[in-house]
Amino acid sequence: MLTKRIIPCLDIKNGRTVKGTNFINLRDAGDPIELGSLYAQQGADELVFLDISATIEERKTFSSLVKEIARHINIPFTVGGGISSVKDVAPLLDAGADKVSINSAAIQNPDLIDDLAKEFGSQFIVLAIDARKKINEWTVHTHGGTRPSDKKLFSWAKEGQQRGAGEILFTSMDNDGTKSGFAIDPLSKLNQLLTIPVIASGGAGCKEDFLEVFAIGKADAALAASVFHFSEIPIPELKNYLSLHNIPIR
Amino acid sequence: MKLVVIKYNAGNIRSVSFALERLDIDFIISDAPEEIQSADKVIFPGVGEASSTMKYLKDKKLDDVIRNLKQPTLGICLGMQLMCRHSEENNTPCLGIFNETVKLFKSETLKVPHMGWNALEKVRDWLPSSLEKKYVYFVHSYFVPLNDFTVAETNYGSPFSAALKKDNFYAVQFHPEKSAEAGVTVLKSFLNS
Repeated sequence: MLTKRIIPCLDIKNGRTVKGTNFINLRDAGDPIELGSLYAQQGADELVFLDISATIEERKTFSSLVKEIARHINIPFTVGGGISSVKDVAPLLDAGADKVSINSAAIQNPDLIDDLAKEFGSQFIVLAIDARKKINEWTVHTHGGTRPSDKKLFSWAKEGQQRGAGEILFTSMDNDGTKSGFAIDPLSKLNQLLTIPVIASGGAGCKEDFLEVFAIGKADAALAASVFHFSEIPIPELKNYLSLHNIPIR
Repeated sequence: MKLVVIKYNAGNIRSVSFALERLDIDFIISDAPEEIQSADKVIFPGVGEASSTMKYLKDKKLDDVIRNLKQPTLGICLGMQLMCRHSEENNTPCLGIFNETVKLFKSETLKVPHMGWNALEKVRDWLPSSLEKKYVYFVHSYFVPLNDFTVAETNYGSPFSAALKKDNFYAVQFHPEKSAEAGVTVLKSFLNS
């Protein structure tokens, strides 16, 4: 049986892991390769490395880091952050990344999804969507959640799938950093709407939140950062807990 | 031992290379027929689309080279699918080493691609029994049905071939290079076979 995936996310700035709350107030959480290797040993199913560097100089650090990650880590990993063209993706895949995630650039230029899927295959393309609920609608935001766009979560996710995305990574900005649980309602709706896997992100605070996102939200994978980086939830303990509650886990 | 990884427009050559480096195994990456033919063992990796990849192999005249290899040869993911007779992916004639048709997962309830960690079952032949019920990493939308050459199964809606073996040809649908310790065991089993 296909298992649910637990995915630690490492935000990278200038070659180091950082994680903020609600996208600001960054804290250093260590060396990315060391942290990634530790997670792989502990039973993480995949890793995500997001480059949140602001400058081109810092970005150069990231592409050489990707190669070192691929050299040392024997589970799949996704890289993302600042990808805006087919040209940006080739060196990352060549460095050994298994998938790339795209976000703001796809909203500005939706054809990018089609182009990437055609060039590299859908299985390489994760469409990351940051959204916040306003009145009764989930509005998609770009640029690290700072700018609202005219896209709405459900129609944009569906369009992303039709254009060739292989997975959707949905982050609820309302939940992110709160440790109050994942956004279950939109996740279960996404799951009904889509035929590609959905990764839930934003809000993980305790083991029960992961159980809820799999059992009720029907997510295929759950992503979190700070609860893993600061060892609040050890991955082996989390997987053991989910397994005891009949969630299929590796 | 001379190990050659076949170089072509596959997406996971780098990952396979790093996995072999982690095992401290010497290898070369080549698309030269004489290098491949003189190898003791060959790895035929693969991530991508069937028809464009078959076209590339034919243009480089690697299709006949692979088909006629006599040394142990391991196909990975798309590599395994291309070893079959035909793929439903863009209706592509393949190498025909295994007389099977590669089919698209079709289901109302299953997500496609089949992406993530799934268990190996009924493990036999060149794969050690320690791999029974072990999880390995899959990413694929097409699958090889169970057949006489299946040596491990995985269930996604229904059972399909997770691994094959026929004469000197070995094949796995999953990615041993990305399957943590279980993947290391699979690569070592092939390299020690």
